[in-house]
Amino acid sequence: MTNKTFILQSSPHFKDKDSVPKIMYAVIFSLMPAAFASIYFFRLKAVVMLFSCVVVSLATEAIFLWLRKKPFHSLLDGSSVITGLILAMTLPPSLSLELAVIGAAAAIAIGKQVFGGLGHNIFNPALVGRAFLQTSFPVAMTTWIPPVTAKINTATYATPLANLKFEEAVAQGTLTPLKDLFWGNIGGCLGEASAITLLIGALYLLFRRVIDWRIPVGIMVSLSAFTGVFWLISPEKYASPLFHILSGGLMIGAFFMATDMVTSPISPLGSWIYALGIGLIVGLIRLFGGFPEGVMYSILFMNAFVPLLNRYARPQILGERSKR
Amino acid sequence: MPTKSIGEEFLKGFWKENPIFRQLLGMCPTLAVTNAMINGLAMGLATAFVLIFSSLVVSSIKKLIPSQVRIATYIVIIATFVTIADRFLAAFFPPISKNLGPYVPLIVVNCIILGRQEAFSSKNTVGRSLIDAFGMSLGFILGLLILSAIREILGFGTFFGFQVMGQWFKPWIIMILPPGAFITLGILLALALQIERKTKARR
Repeated sequence: MTNKTFILQSSPHFKDKDSVPKIMYAVIFSLMPAAFASIYFFRLKAVVMLFSCVVVSLATEAIFLWLRKKPFHSLLDGSSVITGLILAMTLPPSLSLELAVIGAAAAIAIGKQVFGGLGHNIFNPALVGRAFLQTSFPVAMTTWIPPVTAKINTATYATPLANLKFEEAVAQGTLTPLKDLFWGNIGGCLGEASAITLLIGALYLLFRRVIDWRIPVGIMVSLSAFTGVFWLISPEKYASPLFHILSGGLMIGAFFMATDMVTSPISPLGSWIYALGIGLIVGLIRLFGGFPEGVMYSILFMNAFVPLLNRYARPQILGERSKR
Repeated sequence: MPTKSIGEEFLKGFWKENPIFRQLLGMCPTLAVTNAMINGLAMGLATAFVLIFSSLVVSSIKKLIPSQVRIATYIVIIATFVTIADRFLAAFFPPISKNLGPYVPLIVVNCIILGRQEAFSSKNTVGRSLIDAFGMSLGFILGLLILSAIREILGFGTFFGFQVMGQWFKPWIIMILPPGAFITLGILLALALQIERKTKARR
Protein backbone atom coordinates (compact mmCIF):
# COMPACT_ATOMS: atom_id res chain seq x y z
CA MET A 1 0.00 0.00 0.00
CA THR A 2 2.06 2.88 -1.21
CA ASN A 3 -0.86 5.08 -2.01
CA LYS A 4 -1.93 6.60 1.30
CA THR A 5 -4.70 8.86 0.11
CA PHE A 6 -8.13 8.08 1.40
CA ILE A 7 -10.74 7.43 -1.13
CA LEU A 8 -13.82 9.47 -0.37
CA GLN A 9 -16.85 8.41 -2.27
CA SER A 10 -20.54 8.84 -1.70
CA SER A 11 -22.96 5.96 -1.80
CA PRO A 12 -23.86 3.67 -3.51
CA HIS A 13 -20.76 1.58 -2.86
CA PHE A 14 -22.10 -1.65 -4.24
CA LYS A 15 -23.10 -1.63 -7.84
CA ASP A 16 -25.12 -4.28 -9.57
CA LYS A 17 -23.40 -5.82 -12.55
CA ASP A 18 -26.57 -5.34 -14.57
CA SER A 19 -26.93 -2.26 -16.73
CA VAL A 20 -29.71 -0.82 -18.86
CA PRO A 21 -28.36 -2.24 -22.15
CA LYS A 22 -27.74 -5.66 -20.55
CA ILE A 23 -31.32 -5.89 -19.34
CA MET A 24 -32.69 -4.59 -22.60
CA TYR A 25 -30.73 -7.09 -24.67
CA ALA A 26 -31.89 -9.90 -22.38
CA VAL A 27 -35.48 -8.89 -23.13
CA ILE A 28 -34.77 -8.73 -26.87
CA PHE A 29 -33.17 -12.17 -26.70
CA SER A 30 -36.16 -13.55 -24.82
CA LEU A 31 -38.53 -12.24 -27.47
CA MET A 32 -36.71 -14.12 -30.22
CA PRO A 33 -38.56 -17.48 -29.92
CA ALA A 34 -41.91 -15.69 -30.27
CA ALA A 35 -40.58 -13.57 -33.13
CA PHE A 36 -39.41 -16.67 -35.00
CA ALA A 37 -42.76 -18.34 -34.32
CA SER A 38 -44.56 -15.37 -35.84
CA ILE A 39 -42.27 -15.58 -38.88
CA TYR A 40 -43.04 -19.29 -39.16
CA PHE A 41 -46.80 -18.70 -39.02
CA PHE A 42 -47.04 -15.54 -41.09
CA ARG A 43 -43.85 -15.73 -43.22
CA LEU A 44 -42.72 -12.63 -45.12
CA LYS A 45 -45.44 -10.37 -43.66
CA ALA A 46 -44.04 -10.93 -40.17
CA VAL A 47 -40.44 -10.31 -41.24
CA VAL A 48 -41.32 -7.02 -42.92
CA MET A 49 -43.48 -5.89 -40.01
CA LEU A 50 -40.91 -6.68 -37.30
CA PHE A 51 -38.07 -5.14 -39.27
CA SER A 52 -39.87 -1.92 -40.21
CA CYS A 53 -41.22 -1.29 -36.71
CA VAL A 54 -37.76 -1.64 -35.19
CA VAL A 55 -36.14 0.60 -37.82
CA VAL A 56 -38.80 3.31 -37.50
CA SER A 57 -38.57 3.23 -33.69
CA LEU A 58 -34.82 3.71 -33.84
CA ALA A 59 -35.13 6.47 -36.44
CA THR A 60 -37.77 8.34 -34.39
CA GLU A 61 -35.63 8.01 -31.29
CA ALA A 62 -32.63 9.37 -33.20
CA ILE A 63 -34.60 12.36 -34.50
CA PHE A 64 -35.79 13.21 -31.00
CA LEU A 65 -32.33 12.81 -29.48
CA TRP A 66 -31.02 15.17 -32.13
CA LEU A 67 -33.81 17.70 -31.51
CA ARG A 68 -33.29 17.53 -27.76
CA LYS A 69 -29.49 17.68 -28.18
CA LYS A 70 -28.97 14.48 -26.23
CA PRO A 71 -26.10 12.07 -26.77
CA PHE A 72 -26.78 9.43 -29.37
CA HIS A 73 -25.37 6.54 -27.37
CA SER A 74 -28.71 5.96 -25.66
CA LEU A 75 -29.87 4.82 -29.09
CA LEU A 76 -27.81 1.68 -28.51
CA ASP A 77 -29.30 0.80 -25.14
CA GLY A 78 -31.87 -1.36 -26.90
CA SER A 79 -34.96 0.21 -25.36
CA SER A 80 -36.33 1.51 -28.65
CA VAL A 81 -35.58 -1.82 -30.31
CA ILE A 82 -37.80 -3.46 -27.71
CA THR A 83 -40.55 -0.90 -28.24
CA GLY A 84 -40.49 -1.56 -31.98
CA LEU A 85 -40.33 -5.32 -31.53
CA ILE A 86 -43.19 -5.47 -29.02
CA LEU A 87 -45.30 -3.06 -31.05
CA ALA A 88 -44.87 -5.20 -34.17
CA MET A 89 -45.87 -8.27 -32.19
CA THR A 90 -49.12 -6.63 -31.10
CA LEU A 91 -50.16 -5.72 -34.65
CA PRO A 92 -52.35 -7.79 -36.94
CA PRO A 93 -50.24 -9.40 -39.69
CA SER A 94 -52.51 -8.00 -42.40
CA LEU A 95 -51.89 -4.38 -41.36
CA SER A 96 -50.44 -2.27 -44.15
CA LEU A 97 -46.88 -1.14 -43.64
CA GLU A 98 -47.51 2.60 -43.63
CA LEU A 99 -49.84 2.22 -40.65
CA ALA A 100 -47.23 0.21 -38.77
CA VAL A 101 -44.74 3.00 -39.47
CA ILE A 102 -47.15 5.60 -38.06
CA GLY A 103 -47.65 3.42 -34.99
CA ALA A 104 -43.94 2.99 -34.32
CA ALA A 105 -43.29 6.72 -34.72
CA ALA A 106 -46.22 7.54 -32.40
CA ALA A 107 -45.01 5.00 -29.84
CA ILE A 108 -41.59 6.63 -29.50
CA ALA A 109 -42.69 10.24 -30.01
CA ILE A 110 -45.89 10.43 -27.95
CA GLY A 111 -45.31 7.44 -25.71
CA LYS A 112 -41.71 8.00 -24.71
CA GLN A 113 -39.75 11.05 -25.84
CA VAL A 114 -42.44 13.61 -25.05
CA PHE A 115 -42.11 12.62 -21.39
CA GLY A 116 -38.32 12.88 -21.48
CA GLY A 117 -37.12 9.55 -22.84
CA LEU A 118 -36.35 6.23 -21.21
CA GLY A 119 -37.23 6.13 -17.53
CA HIS A 120 -39.60 9.10 -17.61
CA ASN A 121 -42.56 7.72 -19.52
CA ILE A 122 -45.77 6.98 -17.63
CA PHE A 123 -47.25 4.57 -20.16
CA ASN A 124 -45.73 1.64 -21.96
CA PRO A 125 -44.56 3.19 -25.27
CA ALA A 126 -45.39 0.17 -27.44
CA LEU A 127 -48.92 0.10 -26.08
CA VAL A 128 -49.32 3.84 -26.60
CA GLY A 129 -48.39 3.25 -30.25
CA ARG A 130 -50.87 0.41 -30.49
CA ALA A 131 -53.65 2.39 -28.80
CA PHE A 132 -52.95 5.25 -31.25
CA LEU A 133 -53.37 2.86 -34.18
CA GLN A 134 -56.42 1.17 -32.67
CA THR A 135 -58.20 4.51 -32.28
CA SER A 136 -57.06 5.87 -35.64
CA PHE A 137 -57.68 2.84 -37.83
CA PRO A 138 -60.19 0.63 -36.02
CA VAL A 139 -61.07 -1.46 -39.07
CA ALA A 140 -57.51 -2.21 -40.19
CA MET A 141 -56.53 -3.06 -36.62
CA THR A 142 -59.23 -5.72 -36.25
CA THR A 143 -58.91 -7.45 -39.61
CA TRP A 144 -57.19 -10.77 -39.13
CA ILE A 145 -55.81 -13.27 -41.59
CA PRO A 146 -55.24 -17.00 -41.02
CA PRO A 147 -51.65 -18.15 -40.50
CA VAL A 148 -49.95 -19.59 -43.59
CA THR A 149 -49.69 -22.94 -41.83
CA ALA A 150 -53.45 -23.18 -41.24
CA LYS A 151 -53.94 -24.08 -44.94
CA ILE A 152 -57.19 -22.13 -45.03
CA ASN A 153 -57.78 -19.92 -48.00
CA THR A 154 -59.92 -17.13 -46.65
CA ALA A 155 -59.39 -13.40 -46.67
CA THR A 156 -60.26 -12.94 -43.00
CA TYR A 157 -60.15 -15.18 -39.99
CA ALA A 158 -61.59 -14.58 -36.54
CA THR A 159 -59.30 -14.63 -33.52
CA PRO A 160 -60.19 -17.13 -30.80
CA LEU A 161 -61.45 -14.31 -28.60
CA ALA A 162 -63.54 -12.69 -31.35
CA ASN A 163 -64.98 -16.13 -31.97
CA LEU A 164 -65.83 -16.39 -28.29
CA LYS A 165 -67.39 -12.95 -28.09
CA PHE A 166 -69.30 -12.58 -31.34
CA GLU A 167 -70.02 -16.14 -32.48
CA GLU A 168 -71.05 -17.71 -29.17
CA ALA A 169 -68.33 -20.28 -29.67
CA VAL A 170 -68.87 -22.02 -26.32
CA ALA A 171 -72.51 -22.78 -27.05
CA GLN A 172 -71.74 -23.75 -30.66
CA GLY A 173 -68.82 -25.93 -29.61
CA THR A 174 -66.51 -24.13 -32.03
CA LEU A 175 -64.17 -22.76 -29.39
CA THR A 176 -60.53 -22.87 -30.44
CA PRO A 177 -58.95 -25.91 -28.74
CA LEU A 178 -56.44 -25.19 -25.98
CA LYS A 179 -53.82 -27.26 -27.83
CA ASP A 180 -53.84 -24.77 -30.73
CA LEU A 181 -53.67 -21.82 -28.37
CA PHE A 182 -50.66 -23.35 -26.66
CA TRP A 183 -48.66 -24.47 -29.69
CA GLY A 184 -49.81 -21.92 -32.24
CA ASN A 185 -51.64 -22.01 -35.54
CA ILE A 186 -54.34 -19.49 -34.69
CA GLY A 187 -55.43 -16.10 -35.99
CA GLY A 188 -54.37 -13.01 -34.13
CA CYS A 189 -51.55 -10.53 -33.64
CA LEU A 190 -48.04 -11.57 -34.62
CA GLY A 191 -46.97 -12.15 -31.02
CA GLU A 192 -50.10 -14.06 -30.08
CA ALA A 193 -49.37 -16.83 -32.55
CA SER A 194 -48.05 -19.34 -30.06
CA ALA A 195 -48.08 -19.30 -26.26
CA ILE A 196 -45.24 -21.78 -25.79
CA THR A 197 -42.64 -19.57 -27.49
CA LEU A 198 -43.60 -16.64 -25.27
CA LEU A 199 -43.34 -18.88 -22.22
CA ILE A 200 -39.83 -19.99 -23.16
CA GLY A 201 -38.69 -16.37 -23.40
CA ALA A 202 -40.50 -15.45 -20.22
CA LEU A 203 -38.91 -18.31 -18.26
CA TYR A 204 -35.48 -17.06 -19.33
CA LEU A 205 -36.34 -13.55 -18.07
CA LEU A 206 -37.71 -14.91 -14.80
CA PHE A 207 -34.60 -17.02 -14.36
CA ARG A 208 -32.38 -13.99 -15.01
CA ARG A 209 -34.61 -12.00 -12.62
CA VAL A 210 -35.12 -9.31 -15.21
CA ILE A 211 -38.86 -9.30 -14.63
CA ASP A 212 -40.80 -9.43 -11.39
CA TRP A 213 -42.59 -12.82 -11.05
CA ARG A 214 -45.36 -11.20 -9.01
CA ILE A 215 -46.74 -9.30 -12.00
CA PRO A 216 -47.48 -12.20 -14.41
CA VAL A 217 -48.59 -14.43 -11.52
CA GLY A 218 -50.88 -11.75 -10.13
CA ILE A 219 -52.42 -11.06 -13.53
CA MET A 220 -53.11 -14.72 -14.18
CA VAL A 221 -54.47 -15.35 -10.68
CA SER A 222 -56.95 -12.50 -10.80
CA LEU A 223 -57.98 -13.23 -14.40
CA SER A 224 -58.56 -16.92 -13.64
CA ALA A 225 -60.39 -16.12 -10.42
CA PHE A 226 -62.67 -13.67 -12.20
CA THR A 227 -63.38 -15.80 -15.29
CA GLY A 228 -63.39 -18.98 -13.18
CA VAL A 229 -66.38 -17.86 -11.13
CA PHE A 230 -68.47 -17.37 -14.27
CA TRP A 231 -67.19 -20.60 -15.79
CA LEU A 232 -68.16 -22.61 -12.71
CA ILE A 233 -71.64 -21.06 -12.63
CA SER A 234 -72.41 -21.67 -16.31
CA PRO A 235 -69.73 -23.60 -18.21
CA GLU A 236 -72.05 -23.81 -21.23
CA LYS A 237 -71.84 -20.03 -21.68
CA TYR A 238 -68.38 -18.95 -20.53
CA ALA A 239 -64.90 -20.13 -21.54
CA SER A 240 -62.57 -21.69 -18.99
CA PRO A 241 -59.91 -19.64 -17.17
CA LEU A 242 -57.20 -21.59 -18.99
CA PHE A 243 -58.66 -20.51 -22.32
CA HIS A 244 -58.56 -16.89 -21.16
CA ILE A 245 -54.96 -17.17 -20.03
CA LEU A 246 -53.73 -18.78 -23.23
CA SER A 247 -55.72 -16.71 -25.72
CA GLY A 248 -55.20 -13.23 -27.07
CA GLY A 249 -52.50 -10.91 -25.86
CA LEU A 250 -52.50 -12.06 -22.26
CA MET A 251 -49.25 -14.03 -22.41
CA ILE A 252 -47.23 -11.35 -24.15
CA GLY A 253 -48.96 -8.67 -22.10
CA ALA A 254 -48.41 -10.28 -18.72
CA PHE A 255 -44.79 -11.27 -19.30
CA PHE A 256 -43.41 -8.59 -21.59
CA MET A 257 -45.55 -5.45 -21.36
CA ALA A 258 -46.92 -5.23 -17.81
CA THR A 259 -43.44 -6.01 -16.47
CA ASP A 260 -41.76 -3.05 -18.20
CA MET A 261 -39.47 -1.70 -15.47
CA VAL A 262 -40.25 1.94 -16.13
CA THR A 263 -44.02 1.64 -16.02
CA SER A 264 -44.54 -0.94 -13.27
CA PRO A 265 -44.50 -0.36 -9.48
CA ILE A 266 -41.29 -0.65 -7.47
CA SER A 267 -42.47 -2.30 -4.26
CA PRO A 268 -43.77 -5.89 -3.97
CA LEU A 269 -47.11 -4.76 -2.52
CA GLY A 270 -47.49 -2.24 -5.33
CA SER A 271 -46.75 -4.94 -7.90
CA TRP A 272 -49.44 -7.18 -6.46
CA ILE A 273 -52.10 -4.46 -6.55
CA TYR A 274 -51.03 -3.47 -10.08
CA ALA A 275 -51.10 -7.06 -11.37
CA LEU A 276 -54.40 -7.99 -9.74
CA GLY A 277 -55.92 -4.84 -11.20
CA ILE A 278 -54.75 -5.68 -14.71
CA GLY A 279 -56.14 -9.22 -14.54
CA LEU A 280 -59.48 -8.00 -13.23
CA ILE A 281 -59.87 -5.36 -15.93
CA VAL A 282 -58.91 -7.84 -18.67
CA GLY A 283 -61.63 -10.17 -17.37
CA LEU A 284 -64.19 -7.37 -17.18
CA ILE A 285 -63.50 -6.19 -20.74
CA ARG A 286 -63.45 -9.68 -22.20
CA LEU A 287 -66.68 -10.82 -20.54
CA PHE A 288 -68.73 -7.63 -20.47
CA GLY A 289 -66.95 -4.99 -22.58
CA GLY A 290 -67.48 -4.02 -26.18
CA PHE A 291 -64.10 -5.30 -27.33
CA PRO A 292 -63.18 -8.99 -27.52
CA GLU A 293 -59.74 -8.25 -26.02
CA GLY A 294 -58.73 -5.89 -23.25
CA VAL A 295 -55.08 -6.50 -22.38
CA MET A 296 -53.85 -3.26 -23.98
CA TYR A 297 -56.33 -0.97 -22.24
CA SER A 298 -56.02 -2.68 -18.87
CA ILE A 299 -52.23 -2.35 -18.83
CA LEU A 300 -52.39 1.30 -19.92
CA PHE A 301 -55.06 1.93 -17.30
CA MET A 302 -53.01 0.43 -14.49
CA ASN A 303 -49.86 2.20 -15.74
CA ALA A 304 -51.61 5.42 -14.79
CA PHE A 305 -51.82 4.21 -11.18
CA VAL A 306 -48.13 3.35 -10.87
CA PRO A 307 -46.97 6.71 -9.46
CA LEU A 308 -49.75 6.49 -6.86
CA LEU A 309 -48.84 2.89 -5.98
CA ASN A 310 -45.19 3.81 -5.65
CA ARG A 311 -46.19 6.47 -3.16
CA TYR A 312 -48.67 4.55 -1.03
CA ALA A 313 -47.34 0.99 -1.22
CA ARG A 314 -43.89 1.81 0.08
CA PRO A 315 -42.18 -0.93 2.04
CA GLN A 316 -41.39 -0.14 5.65
CA ILE A 317 -37.80 0.92 6.11
CA LEU A 318 -35.85 -1.18 8.64
CA GLY A 319 -36.27 0.42 12.06
CA GLU A 320 -39.11 2.68 10.96
CA ARG A 321 -42.05 2.83 13.36
CA SER A 322 -45.34 1.69 12.00
CA LYS A 323 -47.85 4.44 11.53
CA ARG A 324 -50.47 2.95 13.81
CA MET B 1 -50.13 49.83 -14.78
CA PRO B 2 -47.38 50.51 -17.30
CA THR B 3 -48.77 52.27 -20.31
CA LYS B 4 -48.35 50.48 -23.59
CA SER B 5 -48.73 51.92 -27.04
CA ILE B 6 -51.98 51.18 -28.85
CA GLY B 7 -50.18 48.85 -31.24
CA GLU B 8 -48.66 46.84 -28.41
CA GLU B 9 -52.04 46.58 -26.73
CA PHE B 10 -53.45 45.14 -29.96
CA LEU B 11 -50.59 42.81 -30.82
CA LYS B 12 -50.11 41.24 -27.39
CA GLY B 13 -53.11 38.99 -27.99
CA PHE B 14 -51.40 37.36 -30.95
CA TRP B 15 -48.31 36.08 -29.25
CA LYS B 16 -47.14 37.56 -25.96
CA GLU B 17 -50.44 37.00 -24.18
CA ASN B 18 -52.12 34.67 -26.66
CA PRO B 19 -55.13 33.27 -24.81
CA ILE B 20 -54.56 29.68 -25.94
CA PHE B 21 -50.82 29.25 -26.18
CA ARG B 22 -49.59 31.64 -23.51
CA GLN B 23 -52.40 32.06 -20.99
CA LEU B 24 -54.01 28.62 -21.45
CA LEU B 25 -57.47 30.11 -21.10
CA GLY B 26 -60.64 28.86 -22.75
CA MET B 27 -59.38 25.28 -22.93
CA CYS B 28 -62.89 23.80 -23.04
CA PRO B 29 -63.90 25.18 -26.48
CA THR B 30 -60.28 24.86 -27.63
CA LEU B 31 -60.29 21.11 -27.05
CA ALA B 32 -63.92 20.37 -27.82
CA VAL B 33 -64.79 22.06 -31.09
CA THR B 34 -61.55 22.11 -33.04
CA ASN B 35 -62.19 18.84 -34.90
CA ALA B 36 -63.03 20.77 -38.08
CA MET B 37 -61.88 24.20 -39.19
CA ILE B 38 -65.39 25.51 -39.84
CA ASN B 39 -66.35 24.69 -36.24
CA GLY B 40 -63.18 26.31 -34.93
CA LEU B 41 -63.80 29.47 -36.94
CA ALA B 42 -67.46 29.68 -35.88
CA MET B 43 -66.50 29.24 -32.24
CA GLY B 44 -63.75 31.85 -32.59
CA LEU B 45 -66.10 34.39 -34.18
CA ALA B 46 -68.83 33.80 -31.60
CA THR B 47 -66.32 34.24 -28.77
CA ALA B 48 -64.92 37.36 -30.45
CA PHE B 49 -68.39 38.88 -30.72
CA VAL B 50 -69.11 38.26 -27.06
CA LEU B 51 -65.68 39.45 -25.91
CA ILE B 52 -65.73 42.69 -27.90
CA PHE B 53 -69.23 43.71 -26.85
CA SER B 54 -68.76 42.70 -23.22
CA SER B 55 -65.55 44.71 -23.09
CA LEU B 56 -67.33 47.67 -24.59
CA VAL B 57 -70.16 47.56 -22.06
CA VAL B 58 -68.01 46.76 -19.02
CA SER B 59 -65.48 49.47 -19.75
CA SER B 60 -68.21 52.05 -20.29
CA ILE B 61 -70.11 51.33 -17.07
CA LYS B 62 -67.11 50.33 -14.94
CA LYS B 63 -67.66 53.27 -12.52
CA LEU B 64 -71.26 52.19 -11.88
CA ILE B 65 -70.48 48.60 -10.92
CA PRO B 66 -70.09 48.05 -7.15
CA SER B 67 -66.90 46.06 -6.66
CA GLN B 68 -68.62 43.53 -4.37
CA VAL B 69 -70.89 42.26 -7.15
CA ARG B 70 -68.66 42.92 -10.13
CA ILE B 71 -68.22 39.26 -11.19
CA ALA B 72 -71.96 38.67 -11.15
CA THR B 73 -72.46 41.84 -13.17
CA TYR B 74 -69.87 40.76 -15.73
CA ILE B 75 -71.56 37.38 -16.05
CA VAL B 76 -74.96 38.97 -16.67
CA ILE B 77 -73.46 41.21 -19.36
CA ILE B 78 -71.56 38.31 -20.95
CA ALA B 79 -74.61 36.03 -20.82
CA THR B 80 -76.65 38.64 -22.68
CA PHE B 81 -74.26 38.62 -25.60
CA VAL B 82 -73.84 34.85 -25.50
CA THR B 83 -77.60 34.44 -25.83
CA ILE B 84 -77.57 36.78 -28.84
CA ALA B 85 -74.72 34.79 -30.43
CA ASP B 86 -76.37 31.46 -29.67
CA ARG B 87 -79.76 32.44 -31.10
CA PHE B 88 -78.10 34.07 -34.12
CA LEU B 89 -76.20 30.88 -34.96
CA ALA B 90 -79.27 28.72 -34.41
CA ALA B 91 -81.36 30.93 -36.70
CA PHE B 92 -78.92 31.51 -39.57
CA PHE B 93 -76.46 28.62 -39.43
CA PRO B 94 -78.35 25.66 -37.96
CA PRO B 95 -75.79 22.98 -38.98
CA ILE B 96 -72.93 24.86 -37.33
CA SER B 97 -75.05 25.52 -34.27
CA LYS B 98 -75.77 21.79 -34.11
CA ASN B 99 -72.06 20.93 -34.46
CA LEU B 100 -71.04 23.28 -31.68
CA GLY B 101 -73.78 21.94 -29.43
CA PRO B 102 -73.54 23.10 -25.83
CA TYR B 103 -70.26 24.92 -26.38
CA VAL B 104 -71.89 28.16 -27.59
CA PRO B 105 -73.89 28.65 -24.35
CA LEU B 106 -70.73 27.65 -22.48
CA ILE B 107 -68.97 30.78 -23.79
CA VAL B 108 -70.55 32.39 -20.71
CA VAL B 109 -67.99 30.68 -18.52
CA ASN B 110 -65.11 31.07 -20.96
CA CYS B 111 -62.22 32.35 -18.87
CA ILE B 112 -60.85 34.54 -21.65
CA ILE B 113 -63.90 36.77 -21.56
CA LEU B 114 -64.31 37.01 -17.80
CA GLY B 115 -60.54 37.30 -17.44
CA ARG B 116 -60.34 40.30 -19.80
CA GLN B 117 -63.20 42.06 -18.01
CA GLU B 118 -61.61 41.57 -14.60
CA ALA B 119 -58.03 42.23 -15.64
CA PHE B 120 -58.45 44.86 -18.31
CA SER B 121 -61.82 46.41 -19.17
CA SER B 122 -62.68 47.28 -15.60
CA LYS B 123 -59.49 49.34 -15.31
CA ASN B 124 -59.03 50.86 -18.76
CA THR B 125 -60.74 53.27 -21.07
CA VAL B 126 -63.32 52.20 -23.61
CA GLY B 127 -60.93 52.65 -26.53
CA ARG B 128 -58.13 50.60 -25.01
CA SER B 129 -60.55 47.89 -23.90
CA LEU B 130 -61.89 47.55 -27.42
CA ILE B 131 -58.40 47.29 -28.88
CA ASP B 132 -57.48 44.72 -26.25
CA ALA B 133 -60.65 42.74 -26.98
CA PHE B 134 -59.98 42.79 -30.72
CA GLY B 135 -56.39 41.61 -30.26
CA MET B 136 -57.37 38.85 -27.85
CA SER B 137 -60.20 37.70 -30.12
CA LEU B 138 -57.96 37.52 -33.15
CA GLY B 139 -55.34 35.65 -31.13
CA PHE B 140 -57.98 33.19 -29.97
CA ILE B 141 -59.31 32.69 -33.51
CA LEU B 142 -55.76 32.19 -34.78
CA GLY B 143 -55.08 29.57 -32.12
CA LEU B 144 -58.32 27.72 -32.86
CA LEU B 145 -57.59 27.77 -36.60
CA ILE B 146 -54.08 26.38 -36.18
CA LEU B 147 -55.33 23.60 -33.91
CA SER B 148 -58.33 22.73 -36.07
CA ALA B 149 -56.29 22.86 -39.29
CA ILE B 150 -53.89 20.21 -37.96
CA ARG B 151 -56.72 18.06 -36.66
CA GLU B 152 -58.86 18.37 -39.78
CA ILE B 153 -56.02 17.65 -42.21
CA LEU B 154 -54.92 14.54 -40.31
CA GLY B 155 -58.36 13.41 -39.17
CA PHE B 156 -60.43 13.97 -42.33
CA GLY B 157 -57.78 14.73 -44.97
CA THR B 158 -59.55 18.03 -45.69
CA PHE B 159 -58.88 21.76 -45.23
CA PHE B 160 -62.05 23.81 -44.63
CA GLY B 161 -63.93 20.91 -46.17
CA PHE B 162 -61.78 20.70 -49.34
CA GLN B 163 -59.93 17.46 -49.96
CA VAL B 164 -56.21 18.22 -49.68
CA MET B 165 -54.77 14.77 -49.07
CA GLY B 166 -54.64 12.27 -51.94
CA GLN B 167 -56.56 9.04 -52.19
CA TRP B 168 -53.65 7.18 -50.61
CA PHE B 169 -54.17 8.95 -47.31
CA LYS B 170 -55.96 7.02 -44.58
CA PRO B 171 -57.51 9.49 -42.11
CA TRP B 172 -56.24 9.26 -38.54
CA ILE B 173 -59.56 9.00 -36.76
CA ILE B 174 -57.87 9.64 -33.42
CA MET B 175 -57.23 13.25 -34.44
CA ILE B 176 -60.92 14.15 -34.56
CA LEU B 177 -61.59 12.41 -31.23
CA PRO B 178 -60.77 13.94 -27.82
CA PRO B 179 -57.29 12.31 -27.55
CA GLY B 180 -56.27 14.02 -30.79
CA ALA B 181 -57.20 17.39 -29.28
CA PHE B 182 -55.04 16.80 -26.23
CA ILE B 183 -52.08 15.46 -28.23
CA THR B 184 -52.17 18.34 -30.74
CA LEU B 185 -52.60 21.02 -28.09
CA GLY B 186 -49.78 19.52 -26.03
CA ILE B 187 -47.40 19.52 -28.98
CA LEU B 188 -48.37 23.08 -29.95
CA LEU B 189 -47.87 24.31 -26.37
CA ALA B 190 -44.45 22.71 -26.26
CA LEU B 191 -43.58 24.38 -29.57
CA ALA B 192 -44.82 27.78 -28.33
CA LEU B 193 -42.74 27.45 -25.17
CA GLN B 194 -39.69 26.49 -27.19
CA ILE B 195 -40.10 29.48 -29.55
CA GLU B 196 -40.55 31.77 -26.56
CA ARG B 197 -37.36 30.44 -24.96
CA LYS B 198 -35.39 30.80 -28.18
CA THR B 199 -36.53 34.41 -28.70
CA LYS B 200 -35.83 35.28 -25.07
CA ALA B 201 -32.33 33.87 -25.29
CA ARG B 202 -31.64 35.97 -28.36
CA ARG B 203 -32.77 39.18 -26.69
